[in-house]
Amino acid sequence: MKKQVQIKTLQIEGQDVSATGEQTILQVALENNIQIPRLCYVEGLSAVGACRLCMVEVKGGNRLLPACVTRVAEGMEVTVFSERLNAYRKLVLEMMFSERNHICSVCVVNGHCELQTLAMKHGVTHITVPYLHPRVAVDASHERFTLDHNRCVLCARCVRVCAEIEGAHTWDFKGRGIETRVISDMNEAWGDSETCTSCGKCVHVCPTGALFEKGKSVAEMSKRKQYLPYLTMMRDEAKA
Amino acid sequence: MAASCLSSRSDQVKSALDTAVKSRGLEHKCKVKGVGCMGLCAAGPLVETRGQTRTMYQGVTPEDAPAIVASLDAQPVERLVLPLDMPFFAGQRKIVLENSGEIDPERIEDYIAAGGYESLVTALAGMTPQQVIEEVRKSGLRGRGGAGYPTGLKWSTVQKASSEDGKYVICNADEGDPGAFMDRSVLESDPHRVLEGMAIAAYAVGASKGYIYVRAEYPLAVKRLKEAIRQAEKIGLLGIDICETTFSFRVEIRLGAGAFVCGEETALIASIEGNRGTPRPRPPYPAQQGLGGKPTLINNVETYANIAPIIRNGGEWFAGIGTEKSKGTKVFALAGRVRNTGLIEVPMGITLREIVFNLGGGIPDDRKFKAVQTGGPSGGCVPERYLDMPVDYESLASVGSIMGSGGMIVVDDSSCMVDVAKFFMDFCRSESCGKCVPCRVGTVHVHELLTKISRGEGTSADLDLLERLCDMMKSSSLCGLGQSAPNPVVSTLRYFRHEYEQHIHQKRCDAGVCDIHQPEQVLAGVER
Repeated sequence: MKKQVQIKTLQIEGQDVSATGEQTILQVALENNIQIPRLCYVEGLSAVGACRLCMVEVKGGNRLLPACVTRVAEGMEVTVFSERLNAYRKLVLEMMFSERNHICSVCVVNGHCELQTLAMKHGVTHITVPYLHPRVAVDASHERFTLDHNRCVLCARCVRVCAEIEGAHTWDFKGRGIETRVISDMNEAWGDSETCTSCGKCVHVCPTGALFEKGKSVAEMSKRKQYLPYLTMMRDEAKA
Repeated sequence: MAASCLSSRSDQVKSALDTAVKSRGLEHKCKVKGVGCMGLCAAGPLVETRGQTRTMYQGVTPEDAPAIVASLDAQPVERLVLPLDMPFFAGQRKIVLENSGEIDPERIEDYIAAGGYESLVTALAGMTPQQVIEEVRKSGLRGRGGAGYPTGLKWSTVQKASSEDGKYVICNADEGDPGAFMDRSVLESDPHRVLEGMAIAAYAVGASKGYIYVRAEYPLAVKRLKEAIRQAEKIGLLGIDICETTFSFRVEIRLGAGAFVCGEETALIASIEGNRGTPRPRPPYPAQQGLGGKPTLINNVETYANIAPIIRNGGEWFAGIGTEKSKGTKVFALAGRVRNTGLIEVPMGITLREIVFNLGGGIPDDRKFKAVQTGGPSGGCVPERYLDMPVDYESLASVGSIMGSGGMIVVDDSSCMVDVAKFFMDFCRSESCGKCVPCRVGTVHVHELLTKISRGEGTSADLDLLERLCDMMKSSSLCGLGQSAPNPVVSTLRYFRHEYEQHIHQKRCDAGVCDIHQPEQVLAGVER
């Protein structure tokens, strides 16, 4: 027997949309060209709900819900942009800028950075909290790529793309809280990694300049986003 | 003979009593029994003698043993006597702790003699899973881990969740709130009670495998649990075909590696699965997709500890205790600036004043009461004006605190509320898992701001920023840790804002706790 697809109708930002019951608010919004701010989400990778930028309001509840992992429901009324949500997003972005050393003017992805773009869209003209200025390292041991922890926002895109698509699981995290760091293998230098296939997927899903190709100078590195849709295809193939 | 008293040499007291009994040739008349926690930490180790009369002795040392044994047929040892009718004991109502301090936790025979495993047998022999769940639902029992979700409803959700290849029952024993030791005490004093509750739960929801996730910092609890599981399996009360029915239930212990966040159910499951212990967004709830993607029932130690009495006496009996929405009793770890520190079990709806000033014996050294901190790093401070409020889930929430797992820290005027808030935020900062931005970075900034204010370097703008950060963390963090981490700050700002303002404007800490730098004044005092 063929599984029946349940169709739900709902409203996102006042727009009537339809969806299958399996879809998330974010997926449906994107289908209908409603851009919900997001950073850790990449289509094709598992959603983790970590950046909290895609939080939306759903009528009838005071709780904010992350659009990337919240399934649609019949008659839902979703608000994506409100004063409250914008204020939270702005503050969350400030949190990201303050926790590491993001200096756009000397960054390889200046002008092509998702964090920078989000900050501009949300009017983050300055940071109201003190910068934490942590001393963090740069790992340039890989022959083609560099990992600069100063620009990492711990979105886990690299971790997920490596484990879920490439199947290498070179990246993971160590530490906790503010001390959390992306590590390769068992916290070894990237260049010494025995699992890394040097495929470069992590570099191109990275939203900031934390992962970049060597030989690129300020503002020269743009991520090849055009290949991202293939992630979904590869994932579906792997499932089938 | 639980961990806290062992640190006061209770094991040596027991062997000294054994020796004293032997040296007087009383082995056949007098039995020395090691029991679990008797509750009154402030006076431990306690020794109770039972014969013609009952006498309780406090602060017993091994050297006191001969005198106590000698007094058995004579007058009690006056200098050590603790009155049995003191409010600390008289004001309690024991359900979860009914066997604590009564039975030897290392002997299943003692538990069975006290009516243990009777409820499991009753359930297996004469009740359908639905009837068990109905009894729990009728009891009105709510989760004792802190959030207070109705236990019966949780059980029926897991029971209804379809699964072809099994379900799991998990006991959350990752007690981590500073100042809380309820679960440890239950596990150390009466481990079989928890196993029995889990087995009944497994029967009700249709699970055959269970895990107890207990923190490795509780070695004695782990040891007693392991022994309890071994004993119960040996006589067929756990394992395959329990009591010759078709119901099988095996329990394994998993040790936590020292992460507070692993008390959050999805992080706990990730940790059992062998993954990094970080939470994931819910839904799906573990009741639908838990351990290994299968329907999983997670309850706290104290919740399971309530199950056997509920089945034994009926849900209605349990529902007759407590308030309209909060039924039964609650175990609290009474700590801080109160005379009778220790473990108490009181009916829901009792007032805070009753707990602090009657059972607790009030504040020592004639200091002034300031607040009660409930719920640990996720809770808040309840000020004096709410002392006559009943203790239940809704009332505590209405004043900005939570029931929590049962930590209750009494604060007097020797404590500074900015410092208290800073302490809890420091805890959350170091225990944040780092997955979501608001908690990972927010806790650091809030802690920095509190440190700045406590040094007398804060400004009015810092208070606004503090509130803004707290609001953002509460509304947008991924899991309960981040969402509730601002509570200690928000509640102290609500009731003790003047203390914050004093630090900021007058550069003064009345409690004398904060080290405030006053460079200008120091210079002004120097003669040139």
